[in-house]
Amino acid sequence: MIFAGIVLVTLASAFVVVTAQNLVRSAFALLFTLAGVAALYVYLAADFLAATQIIIYVGGILVLILFGVMLTSKIVSVELYQGSARVGRSVLLFGGLLFVLFSVIFNTRWLTRGVPEMKPTTREIGRLFMTDFILPFEVVSVLLLAALIGAVLIARREVRK
Amino acid sequence: MNLFDPASLNSYLIIAAVLFSLGAYAIVSRRNAVSVLMGIELVLNATNVNLVAFSRFSTADLRGQLFAVFVIILAAAEAAVALAIILAIYHNFQTIDVNEIDSLRD
Repeated sequence: MIFAGIVLVTLASAFVVVTAQNLVRSAFALLFTLAGVAALYVYLAADFLAATQIIIYVGGILVLILFGVMLTSKIVSVELYQGSARVGRSVLLFGGLLFVLFSVIFNTRWLTRGVPEMKPTTREIGRLFMTDFILPFEVVSVLLLAALIGAVLIARREVRK
Repeated sequence: MNLFDPASLNSYLIIAAVLFSLGAYAIVSRRNAVSVLMGIELVLNATNVNLVAFSRFSTADLRGQLFAVFVIILAAAEAAVALAIILAIYHNFQTIDVNEIDSLRD
């Protein structure tokens, strides 16, 4: 029952995200989609990921997007209302993608093992990051630093003397 | 119904497929660059749901979850850089309509 509710909220708010005419409304609908995905992670026994999803997506990326909305449109003007172009072809792409994905999902015999019991994952994820996945972990930390410096460099205004 | 069974792999795959298609729809149909960015976030989330679902039902270890962590980190970096670019474009063109930013075309 609860799972059905979570699925419905996630998908319905995702639908609002892509169809709402008001940009702020679609940003707030994105909040419910991201929270719904975090709840799905809980059902998938990924407690660390659920917390990460809330902290980074809801606390970070969504706030960034709202800043983007507020900094690039005049709040009261019509510009905040976003048009959708090429609706016909986009719906066609949506239907085509959905058809291909569904046919793959239902025609494949997925390899499944018995569902393991839910247990805390944080300790094991930390151990894997420090042993088997140490190289991608370090690379991604350098990438984050580069992305942050690059973002500041791109977004600042140049002051000519 | 199949979709609402929390213990079957298929329900998660269906949810992720719908999220992915909605994100792709937003990417091609929206004219506001920030909305396109929201579509990209939906696509990345759909991918993550798939990764974690396979990690639980198929491999029964944590590698899929580690990949999902990396995807989330890359999404954060991507969102920061993309919004910086959007701000720079807004300063130069006074608009973020992706159909009007075509000065490289001619």
